[in-house]
Amino acid sequence: MAEKLLDVKNLRTEFKRDKSWVTAVNDVSFHINKGEILGLVGESGCGKSVTSLSVMRLLPIGTSRVSEGEVFFNGEDILKVDKKKMRKIRGHKISMIFQEPMSSLNPCMRISKQITEAILLHNDLSKDEAYKRAFNVLKSVGIPDPDMTLNSYPHQLSGGMCQRVMIAMAMSCEPNLLIADEPTTALDVTIQAQILSLMEEIKEERDTGILLITHDLGVVAEMCSRVIVMYAGRIVEEAPVRELFESPMHPYTQGLIESVPKLGSDMTSLPSIPGSVPDLSVMPKGCKFAPRCKYAMDICREKEPELVAVPGQEHRCSRCVLHKLEEKEVSKL
Amino acid sequence: MSTPIVSVKNVTKTFDAGKGMFAKKTKVHAVNDISFNIMPGETFSLVGESGCGKSTTGRLIDHLLIPDTGEIWFDGKEISKLSQNEMRPLRSDVQMIFQDPYGSLNPRIKVQDLIGEPLLIHTNLSAGERLKKVYELLEVVGLSAAHGERYPHEFSGGQRQRIGIARALTVHPKLIIADEPVSALDVSIQAQVLNLLQQLQKDFNLTYLFISHDLSVVEMISDKIAVMYLGTIVETAPKKDLYAHPMHPYTRSLLSAVPIPDPAKKKERTLLKGDLPSTTNLPAGCLFHTRCPYCQEKCIKERPETQEIGEGHFVKCHYPICNEEGKNV
Repeated sequence: MAEKLLDVKNLRTEFKRDKSWVTAVNDVSFHINKGEILGLVGESGCGKSVTSLSVMRLLPIGTSRVSEGEVFFNGEDILKVDKKKMRKIRGHKISMIFQEPMSSLNPCMRISKQITEAILLHNDLSKDEAYKRAFNVLKSVGIPDPDMTLNSYPHQLSGGMCQRVMIAMAMSCEPNLLIADEPTTALDVTIQAQILSLMEEIKEERDTGILLITHDLGVVAEMCSRVIVMYAGRIVEEAPVRELFESPMHPYTQGLIESVPKLGSDMTSLPSIPGSVPDLSVMPKGCKFAPRCKYAMDICREKEPELVAVPGQEHRCSRCVLHKLEEKEVSKL
Repeated sequence: MSTPIVSVKNVTKTFDAGKGMFAKKTKVHAVNDISFNIMPGETFSLVGESGCGKSTTGRLIDHLLIPDTGEIWFDGKEISKLSQNEMRPLRSDVQMIFQDPYGSLNPRIKVQDLIGEPLLIHTNLSAGERLKKVYELLEVVGLSAAHGERYPHEFSGGQRQRIGIARALTVHPKLIIADEPVSALDVSIQAQVLNLLQQLQKDFNLTYLFISHDLSVVEMISDKIAVMYLGTIVETAPKKDLYAHPMHPYTRSLLSAVPIPDPAKKKERTLLKGDLPSTTNLPAGCLFHTRCPYCQEKCIKERPETQEIGEGHFVKCHYPICNEEGKNV
């Protein structure tokens, strides 16, 4: 198999709320290989973004902490490296694309300055060389007139263009890993299609690993090779994309896939998941999904199930007691 | 059943966009010459990308905006020329549900007063009767009477949207304009709200004007769909026709751009080049020609007229696509 680019182990992130700590992300483990797109799906508030920010160490110090876990990037635990070194990794080896392209760019700076800033910081280049490189990355992300774009301010560009600039900025130092946090959520479908195919190209050309965070299962189905589904700060299922959509194991994944309206399906009503996501500070005991689950049994409300490998299927795991009942011999992952 | 409840005829709306005192006055062409009819009891949807004039159209019908030219008929009356006062009695017949369930509810008012406010304005009910009605409505939308005592911040997004729906239902409207009612919600919650909207339509015999950018949501809920681009309607068709035989190149690319949640189906995308042209400076000829993959000379020069191709299927294109292989000319 391909080598592991990023390996996250038992990550646990907590936030301070009125003097006590609430857990936003609990026991999250996953890895990304080179040249692979890993999808991270879940509803709002399930800890997708917190996971990515923990990996990047971008969470506010003081009100949040990563209390457990290790994050190996190219074999090095980046939770332990000092600030200075982290700065060298961030934006250079790992870059990030954020959800709102309009508000993630500095409105008072020309695009040229914003892109060359990152290039100059991480490379030993002259200003002219940096400008040239910025020109080339902008061209590679499909911007028709890079010179004009470099000379404009963010408000002069459309949402799709801004997102291209963000991607160009992230790609300018040729990172090994790209974390894309809802990169197309704020964009229209036709522009979304453009951006998605651009990201696919980048992956093909440079063998970049991509962590694609999204709530849109359609995007996941088209882009990713493997998927992790999160619910209430935990991974509830992990599977290769085909298997996930063909035979979702966890009741939450099943409900999620069913509740997406599908084009051309001729449906008149949608199956939905009753209730809503539990609040972080008042989590149910036992399985976090039990209050909304149609298969919930007494044991679900008592004890939280472990994330276990699905018997007989490689690379799949699910956090549900159902699989344990069906197959007695389950090896712990 | 044959008279439409809403009839929009050749409506145009522009906004002034002068940037400063001495700047050249420019105009934003938000809606350009649109016409459509909505029949009682049906769900009519407007789809399109952001900035295509969907919401402006909704606001024009609700008399929140006045059209520059054209007529809007509601329930047999021409409403576009009415004054605010003359419109007021009609307001109870048209209600709106807004996109952002966080921004559309006043955070300082209890939910029961929020929902009861339309009753206070439009009816002569006493406070007790109003409250009784509010509790009934809360049950109808799947909340309980006890929720009435709370404030909006105590609710989740899906619950807030239910409150918005209850508020729209208070005065027994004939038409509900739902402006992106589910786009701010998570998928599992979105399904709940869509099902609720459909149930209510059956129970209260409502007509919906449903505004959305999401073609897969629209497919589930609509009877008829109009696709908008740069302020014009490029294609109108009954749901089945539109999805099975999209004739306008824009509709086609819009449909192909929707990601399908099924990894087994890898489909070909018709990627559109470029961005939307600016609405202050509309392209000459066909509005879509700058991005159209099938653009020809005639498209650059002449603006196409709306033509009826199938039954109830209208297209605004010189060369509508008729089958898989090519186009009829």
